[in-house]
Amino acid sequence: MTLYEAKKGGSYCIESLYVEPSITRRLQALGLNDGTIVNILNRKKRGALIVRVRGTRLALGKHISSSIEIREVCREGMAEPGEETENELS
Amino acid sequence: MSCHEKQRTNEKQRSKERQAKKEGQAKKQKKHLNVACIGNPNCGKTTLFNALTGSKLKVANWPGVTVERVEGETGYEDTGITLIDTPGIYSLTCYTIEEKVTRQCAMDDGIDAIINVVDASSLERNLYLTLQLLELGKPMVLALNMIDVVKERGMEIDMHRLPEMLGDIPVVPVSAAKRTGLDILLHALIHHCEEGMEEYVLDYPREIEEKIAALGVRMQTHYPSHSSVRWHAIKLLEDDEEVKREHPISEVSIVDRSYEKEIIQCKYSYIEKVMGETLFYKSKKAASTDKIDRILTHPFWGIPVFLLIMCLVFFLTFTVGDALKGVFETGLDAFSGAAAVLLERLGAAGWLQSLIVEGIIAGVGGILTFIPNIFILFLALAMLEDSGYMARVAYVMDSVMGKVGLSGKAFLPMILGFGCTVPAIMATRALETEHDRRKTMLVTPFMSCSARLPIYVLLSDMFFPKAAALTAFSMYVVGMVIAILAALGVNRLEKGKENDSLLIELPEYKRPNARTIRIYVWNKLKDYLSKAGTTIFVASILIWFVLNFGTAGMVENPADSFGAVLGRILVPVLAPAGLGMWQIGVALLSGISAKEVVVSSFAVLFGVANANSDAGMAAIVQNIHSLNPAFGPLNAYCLMLFCLLYVPCVATVATVKKESGSWKFTMKMIAFQLILAWAVSTLVFQIGSVFV
Repeated sequence: MTLYEAKKGGSYCIESLYVEPSITRRLQALGLNDGTIVNILNRKKRGALIVRVRGTRLALGKHISSSIEIREVCREGMAEPGEETENELS
Repeated sequence: MSCHEKQRTNEKQRSKERQAKKEGQAKKQKKHLNVACIGNPNCGKTTLFNALTGSKLKVANWPGVTVERVEGETGYEDTGITLIDTPGIYSLTCYTIEEKVTRQCAMDDGIDAIINVVDASSLERNLYLTLQLLELGKPMVLALNMIDVVKERGMEIDMHRLPEMLGDIPVVPVSAAKRTGLDILLHALIHHCEEGMEEYVLDYPREIEEKIAALGVRMQTHYPSHSSVRWHAIKLLEDDEEVKREHPISEVSIVDRSYEKEIIQCKYSYIEKVMGETLFYKSKKAASTDKIDRILTHPFWGIPVFLLIMCLVFFLTFTVGDALKGVFETGLDAFSGAAAVLLERLGAAGWLQSLIVEGIIAGVGGILTFIPNIFILFLALAMLEDSGYMARVAYVMDSVMGKVGLSGKAFLPMILGFGCTVPAIMATRALETEHDRRKTMLVTPFMSCSARLPIYVLLSDMFFPKAAALTAFSMYVVGMVIAILAALGVNRLEKGKENDSLLIELPEYKRPNARTIRIYVWNKLKDYLSKAGTTIFVASILIWFVLNFGTAGMVENPADSFGAVLGRILVPVLAPAGLGMWQIGVALLSGISAKEVVVSSFAVLFGVANANSDAGMAAIVQNIHSLNPAFGPLNAYCLMLFCLLYVPCVATVATVKKESGSWKFTMKMIAFQLILAWAVSTLVFQIGSVFV
């Protein structure tokens, strides 16, 4: 699946990036590499989303998010403080 | 992948030589260093720069505030330091115009040392640039900024282990906002420069290391005096276009493909190791930012909340500003009266009295009475910019902007346009493509700048006394809507697609800093005052001249003046828009020098000493009615629309020319704005006339 299909509150692991080289370089420099864990903090139905990655928040447009291949990871131990989603484990 | 540090022994030799050279220099003259502040966007470089040099550069809490390099002087003991502030970058591989400035600065041989400013509260991402800078091999000090925020969040950084893992460069915890640790930072910097840098090496996997070594040898034969061979070798492996262009060597046989991905991953896995060993969470505190974001970046409520905030900003500007203006009015009236009496007593010539009282005092003084409104507007904008909300606006507006073919990031210069169009046009440098830049430059002037505020305040107070604030606010809304429609039109013409490649960092929210706000507002007020003293001053004299002189010399009736002749040429053009008075023609023409001058020229035209007072407004309305009894609220509204849309001030036009580098584009923009202003105000007047 791609980051664009990710659910709000979920934690995902990046598998690979399929976007123009210039944007790929930017994303990699920002720390979005293969194997990096991202948390979805907020998202619009069809559009941009906000992710937490390496301790910072990034807003990503659909074009970028739909070119990032991800896989879901177990939420255990990943839950962000102060977050309340329906499937909170605690 | 094994990544760990090690120091090269053959470097010791070189560092000794460097030290000897430095000592030689020191004997000759007083020591001087050129030091660049480099770091991620929004990590506090400019705050640190201001704190160290005593400068008053603009600071705000969103990525992309600084768009050019700025120098300032400071010193420590007997060493003079020229400090250079740079735009923020995430990596030394750069794309946007402002980022390239920083890269050039980092590699400039004239730079003796680097202060790498790091936001300690997001150390993990910041260290990536640090590792790249270390590879450059220049003396470097790490300024661990926002150390107070780190403590507040219950985090601890191992200050012993961190420098060990970063090649033993000095790591100094500072808080630029609270001005702590600054002396230690300078001391460490100077000391470190004297000692010389030992090249720090992050070990890459063997395959890459071998290639770096091979490229290094080749670099050294081609460019024996090159100072950062290893960095260049690594950049060549990353397939960096600029390095390949500037230092061409026959690298093809060694670089069979781009190793960028491996190199980046290697750096980040090393950073993860550093984080594991140096960062400790004492207690996990719920970040209030996430709670605030739940409302401000809500999928549905995000846009209404933004509009509500802007509404509040303008409401405060009009109401609080108007409440405060009384003081200025009394002062101006007293001054104007006193000046008239004084000139009378001194026996000044009639023309001189007229020039001073009716020309300069009316033209410049009238503008000064709007200071309270301007002050409140900039205060509100400063709070907005320093809170961290700006970047959220880019996210919130991304869906709207995307539909017109721009990224949400393009909305940031547009918001700055509410203050002044000139810095807003410059802020477009942070946009990724030249195409997006030009499009944003085209629509940004439609955002009502503070210079148009006096026009709105005056006209809506005069013709819409019951709903003045609402009328003025409607101009802001119309401006925004037209900006977006114009972008949409351009997008349709180009058959452009939706733009959905937003990429922006969202900083933590923070309470606006008093010093930052003070600098921001004071700078803007100073600009306003200096504009009143220069452009508006000269324009007022010119207007007075063209209205008081005609072919027959000094004239009694302005209708015989040069100004009237000039204005009458425009009457047929402006008549369909309900603006068919030569006085309006003159006011609009003069308004191109600066938009406030429209108000100044009203004051001079109608001989009113203080246009912003109740008596002054009544006199202007009476004058207008005696000249043209049909001139009513609809005409006034069309005049405001015209002022909103037609050619921005000369300063903006010059900036657009400079930033776009094209006269053709600038001229096209002016033509577009003139046609649009005429078309919109004519349409509104013609349709409105049916109902009124």
